[in-house]
Amino acid sequence: MSGLHLNNVSHAYDNRNPVLSGISVFVAPGELVCLLGPSGCGKTTLLRVAAGLELLQVGQVTIAEKVVAEGRDGLHVPPEKRGIGLMFQDYALFPHLNVFENVTFGLTENIPERRKWAEKALARMDLAEYAESYPHILSGGQQQRVALLRALAPEPRVLLLDEPFSGLDVTRRADVRAETLGFLKETGVATLMVTHDPEEAMFMADRILVMDQGRILQDGTPVQTYYQPQNAFVAALFGPVNRLRGKVKGNRVETPLGAFEAKNLDDGETVEILIRPEGLRLTLSGEAPEIQAGDGPQGLETGPETETRNGAASPQQPRLARALSARPLGRSSHVELAVADGQGSEIILEARVPGVFLPARGEKILLSVNPRQAHVFPVP
Amino acid sequence: MSATTINLSGPLLRAFRRFRLDGWTVGAVVVAASVATPLIAVVSIAFAPDDDIWAHLSATVLPLYIEKTLLLMLGVGAGTFVIGTGTAWLVTMCRFPGRWVFNWALLLPLAVPAYVLAFVVTDQLEYAGTLQAWLREIFGWETRQDYWFPEIRSLGGAITVMTLVLYPYVYLLSRAAFLEQSVCVLEVSRTLGKNPWQGFFSVALPLARPAIVVGVTLVLMETLNDLGTVEFFAVPTFTAGIYDVWLNMNSIAGAAQMATVMMIFVLVLIGIERFARSGQRYHHTSSKYSTLPSYRLRGVRAFFATAACTVPVILGFALPAAVLTGYALEFYEETLSADFFVYAANSLSLSAIAAVLAVLIGLFLAYGTRLGGGLVVKSAARFASIGYAVPGAILAIGVMIPLARLDSALDIFSRQAFGIPLGLLLSGTIIAVVYGYLTRFLALSYGTLEASLGKITPSMDGAARTLGCSPGMALRRVHFPLVRGSLLTAGLLVFVDCMKELPLTIILRPFNYETLATFVFQYASDELLEESALGALTIVAAGILPVILLSLTIARSRPGQGAPNAASATETEGMAP
Repeated sequence: MSGLHLNNVSHAYDNRNPVLSGISVFVAPGELVCLLGPSGCGKTTLLRVAAGLELLQVGQVTIAEKVVAEGRDGLHVPPEKRGIGLMFQDYALFPHLNVFENVTFGLTENIPERRKWAEKALARMDLAEYAESYPHILSGGQQQRVALLRALAPEPRVLLLDEPFSGLDVTRRADVRAETLGFLKETGVATLMVTHDPEEAMFMADRILVMDQGRILQDGTPVQTYYQPQNAFVAALFGPVNRLRGKVKGNRVETPLGAFEAKNLDDGETVEILIRPEGLRLTLSGEAPEIQAGDGPQGLETGPETETRNGAASPQQPRLARALSARPLGRSSHVELAVADGQGSEIILEARVPGVFLPARGEKILLSVNPRQAHVFPVP
Repeated sequence: MSATTINLSGPLLRAFRRFRLDGWTVGAVVVAASVATPLIAVVSIAFAPDDDIWAHLSATVLPLYIEKTLLLMLGVGAGTFVIGTGTAWLVTMCRFPGRWVFNWALLLPLAVPAYVLAFVVTDQLEYAGTLQAWLREIFGWETRQDYWFPEIRSLGGAITVMTLVLYPYVYLLSRAAFLEQSVCVLEVSRTLGKNPWQGFFSVALPLARPAIVVGVTLVLMETLNDLGTVEFFAVPTFTAGIYDVWLNMNSIAGAAQMATVMMIFVLVLIGIERFARSGQRYHHTSSKYSTLPSYRLRGVRAFFATAACTVPVILGFALPAAVLTGYALEFYEETLSADFFVYAANSLSLSAIAAVLAVLIGLFLAYGTRLGGGLVVKSAARFASIGYAVPGAILAIGVMIPLARLDSALDIFSRQAFGIPLGLLLSGTIIAVVYGYLTRFLALSYGTLEASLGKITPSMDGAARTLGCSPGMALRRVHFPLVRGSLLTAGLLVFVDCMKELPLTIILRPFNYETLATFVFQYASDELLEESALGALTIVAAGILPVILLSLTIARSRPGQGAPNAASATETEGMAP
């Protein structure tokens, strides 16, 4: 198995609170895997363990079929002998070296072709004119690119990226991401990237590993992560969700928004139904509902596990709702609405509708749920 | 499996692995241990049962030593507090003529060793000195009985002299603390009805208290270290007592016992200092820095402000510098004929060797700590840096005794193995002196370099390591170029302190080996200040170098632009007079 393989890794800084608990990760050559999770979930520690900057306590790390760290017998190949590239969140460019010296820092021997590569890569990244400049005069985006090239220059087999875009302006981030992704795909290096930004993970990753409290909660493609979350944490990762509660009865849950499937759950068990704001379809009463963006990909691979997956609601009748407020967000509109819960009270929901959709306060709205954006989980 | 395995493999196993992994850790522990050896030696000798003169001491001179030491510390502490914080407040908060000059000029007395000022003051103010001769001329007095004049060579004289050369510590630290204070807090106190004076006492001073405590503690440590002034002024302090018991009563154990008591005293001081440092930063409730209010002083107030800043600079620096320059110009031939160049060369070479070694070892220790090391290395490094607080006379005992034992062991070994007697290889050589300097001043270079390395983000290490550098290569290619400036600073600080250091040198030097400091001390003690003036002036001139460094730091530090505190605090510790 070439590429990077972390096997059953556990780690703790003090004896009480494990940062990583039995984590296994595999990244194939050419693959880009994102570790996605909130800050403090242990993802950076995992990266440092892989790099050898942190001593492995339990488990095993393999790079290109060679064991580089073994928790049990204390084998620890130092970082400089692992053949990895690591890009830091703060880029960690050497302030006393110019851009070209930074990029070629890792070339221990004077290899002409790699120096030529560095020159070409700098030119390609529009940095040729800065080769003699010192890092502090570069913009954030330029520093990011220098750091990336520096990590790639020694031709590492594994590249580790720690929040590589978090230091950039939102406006620059999208461009730099696309550029970086293109560059990485050309090199064919096995890349493990850490991020807390789900959108970034969706954009960059071949596979996303969702992490929380030192454990991996889900391992899947971006589409699977978004449409088939394994639990409430993963479902809520992409932003605020509407939460409903109900009790299972005959593999179904009845809610004010209709019935949802709850297979493999015992009768009487309390469940939570999570519906993304973009999973609510709104039409002004009188108009026919239409298919909206976000209804889910056609031909989404449904493996055996998704057959028994809960959440996909059975076809439902639209319900009547009342608009409370509506705000334009640019590409979409944010609508707050109230639905009668059938017991004389109302539940408040948030919806996100593409384009400009701004009903007046109190206006009647027809509401239906996109079954792919509603997920049923047992309440722990 | 994870949780239990981690519990079992805990810190011990990790520490073990680290040891196996890098020689840095082992090296750091060895260095720290050898630097700490003198301290351990003193304590162990003190507890050796033979030759116990403690009872005798405590019945005779001990109460006197304690009384005089406490009075000296009290006087110098109070004096430096008043002058240091007062002048710091004036130059940071008020505008009056000469303010920008005083900003750095108030540091100048740091360049003057206390014993040099003591000689100059005595020379000028005693019966035969310029002032009294002048007074007799004016008033027509004939003899000592005709008028009253304070005794210079007294406890009061020692307090005055030490206050004048040590107040810059308090000035420097409290000035930095005042600069760090957000002006908003002071302005709030004004809007709440406090006048500037009340604002100073109710807001500014309490906020700066931790920094001031650190400054005064450093002053007290220097006071304890002083040997030259108290010997010359015949003030029987603890330090003078140790010297006396050792060399005149010939009782090493007695000296060690006194040294141990004094070390406990010093440890308490260190504890106070550490405690104050840990609370050094109150959390700033406002991050807004506007220009400091600068109360503009006019008329009488401006005059008094200028005078308050002028007097310490004149008495602590201008007077000794002028007097020494005058004597040096007049008597330089005598000084030169007294082998001045040999002494100067001795001083320079000793100090240079110690400075280079201190920087190398300090860098090694600081980098070793940075590499991880864990508790073992960190506590070793911390223990090694206690030396700066321990008076030179104590360290001298601690250096002398282990070296003498090592010498005799080597001698015996050599006789038995090769039939060659070695005699004294280490003790009574300049190796002993350099070793003494290192134990005392390693903390300086270590502290400076640790602070400097601390400013380099750990990502740099990670980046260098993942790009193929071993720890040593990373030090050479990344850290070394980045801390180059601090290496020079650290070296300079150690160098100047070694030039000035008297107690260690005078006790540990080889027979008939003179440095500028010992030469000046011996000549001036014999009322030959004029003949040694050039030597004293050379020491003062060397001492000005770090003052210039500090002034530059001060010039760069402006409120709102980073904290001047950290940099100056590290550098202050070095300026031992």
